[in-house]
Amino acid sequence: MLLEVNHLKTDFKLKKGIVHAVNDVSFGIEKGEILAIVGESGSGKSVTSLSVMGLLQEPGKVVDGEILYKGEDLLKKSEKELQKIRGDQISMIFQEPMTSLNPVYRIKDQIIESIMTHMKLSRKEALARTVEMLKTVGIPSPGQRANDYPHQMSGGMRQRVMIAMALACNPELLIADEPTTALDVTIQAQILELLYSLRERFNMAVLLITHDLGVVAEAADRVIVMYCGQIMEEADVKSLFSNPMHPYTLGLLNSIPRIEDESGERLYMIKGMVPNPLHMPQGCPFSDRCDRCMERCTLEMPELKEVGGHKVRCFLYNQEAGKEADDR
Amino acid sequence: MQMIKYMIKRILMLIPVLIGVSIIVFLIMRVFSPDPAPIVLGEHATQQSMQEWRLANGLNDPIWLQYVNYIKDAMTGNLGTSYYTKAPVTQEIFSRFPATIELAIAAIIFASLLGIFLGVVSAVKKNSIFDNGGRILALIGVSMPIFWLGILLIILFSGTLHWLPSTGRLNPLYQPTQITGFYLIDSLLTGNMNALVDALRHLVLPALALGMYSMAIITRMTRSSMLESMSQDYIRTARAKGITNRRVIRKHALRNALIPIVTVIGLQFGSLLGGAVLTETVFSWPGIGAYTVNCILKSDFPVVQGVVLLVAVVYVLVNLAVDIIYAFLDPRIKYAKKEG
Repeated sequence: MLLEVNHLKTDFKLKKGIVHAVNDVSFGIEKGEILAIVGESGSGKSVTSLSVMGLLQEPGKVVDGEILYKGEDLLKKSEKELQKIRGDQISMIFQEPMTSLNPVYRIKDQIIESIMTHMKLSRKEALARTVEMLKTVGIPSPGQRANDYPHQMSGGMRQRVMIAMALACNPELLIADEPTTALDVTIQAQILELLYSLRERFNMAVLLITHDLGVVAEAADRVIVMYCGQIMEEADVKSLFSNPMHPYTLGLLNSIPRIEDESGERLYMIKGMVPNPLHMPQGCPFSDRCDRCMERCTLEMPELKEVGGHKVRCFLYNQEAGKEADDR
Repeated sequence: MQMIKYMIKRILMLIPVLIGVSIIVFLIMRVFSPDPAPIVLGEHATQQSMQEWRLANGLNDPIWLQYVNYIKDAMTGNLGTSYYTKAPVTQEIFSRFPATIELAIAAIIFASLLGIFLGVVSAVKKNSIFDNGGRILALIGVSMPIFWLGILLIILFSGTLHWLPSTGRLNPLYQPTQITGFYLIDSLLTGNMNALVDALRHLVLPALALGMYSMAIITRMTRSSMLESMSQDYIRTARAKGITNRRVIRKHALRNALIPIVTVIGLQFGSLLGGAVLTETVFSWPGIGAYTVNCILKSDFPVVQGVVLLVAVVYVLVNLAVDIIYAFLDPRIKYAKKEG
């Protein structure tokens, strides 16, 4: 296991109270695997990734759990040790390519900075590597474009630059936080394709954070569905799409519009809204929006259980409620 | 090339600015200032001698004609002569302006270095004891009257500790050969180290007193600008690269925060160059500020007009310099019209 997250809890201490942004989340990523974390805004997926990077800003704080990278707990490492890992072994790309690059430095200087921080190369060698990386991510005439400032590039180009920068030191794990959300659909596909091919080429693992199930279907090997800071369902991608078990997953899949759908019915919508993180419902956090909510759901929190190759957090699949599950 | 075009354009724009400024100062002096004749000639002067003096100085002409004559002379570099010393205004100004420039530069250097340092520390350690300390210092800096601060500095460093001289620019014993009028430069050029050290020692207290206000303004601007830039996405990217915090702050956050900081530094410097009346008075600094105020009170029209024009030119040039620095700080700023 390359990365193993165990019982991670990340809190945000606000004046109004404590928000458990990530609440007892465990998962693992194998070498070379693409794991997607899917969820709505506020589900804790981005906070999970920032926790792994050690880039949480005040007032966010990891309060419990462990993050094992190659068996070593990142949470026990000093900032200095983390700096050695960040950008070198684990790197990250972000949602907003338009604002994620420093506007006052040339592209090449920003990539060279990363390379020279982690690799013992001269500036000249670092520049050569920069150009090579820009070529790898599909930037035309990379030698020239390396001299560009970020504002001279389009959003898709900038995201490619971000990827080149993230991969410049051959990381073993790439965390991609909504890498395609801010891009046009055609560019989205190109960027996903690029990530996919680079994964093969560099044999790195990818933690793909997204709210877009289309992206998941296209790119991921395995999927975690998060809701309100907790994992609701985990399964490999085929099985999740063909046999969604958790009502929330089902709701997400049903609310994707399909071109071939000619029934003329209204698109399915999950009722209600994501609960206020300061006032979580008792029991299952999804209970107040769930179509199949039972009395028990509003009282107790279901456990994450292995059922038929999936991990599901729902009483429908609990042994005590086995009858319900059979009815399905 | 485009930058040079832009600079020429901006410098040409000085002309309308100077015409406007000169009209305003010309009118203000003639409409609101007391008649200079009795002040120049003394209270026992006869009506007739005063009338003759006014005629000789063209003050009986209609104001528009006086203005036209003034501009005509000014075009040839003649800004008139002082009513009192009879010396050319240009000479009067340039004998005093180097002192003002020297003081202004020393003050702005002190203000910028300390201001940016305190502002960065305040922003990085937000809400810590450093932040609160820096903010209190900034508050004191903007609210403390300069003359009072000057007197306090004199009492402490000259009166009590005897570390630094309290008045003047230089001990006359060390007077370097006059080349530029800037004592620091002149003493360097002539290799007169005693003069250099003495001039520096004279410069410390007035520069501190004068720079305190600017320092406070720069601290505040740096703090807020840094807080803004540190919350940007590219700062997170820089941290994700694994570079040290110090580098993230210096290379990424501060560099992006510099534009508003440079703007206030430029504005502050411009106003310091206009002369610092209070500081110059407290420290008997032979600069242009206190002298000008004196000339205003004595209705010495040509000198006041000359000084105001000079200050206008300096202001415009400092602002131009700031705009040019922008282009170096931020590659997105271009001073050329895009074709098409």
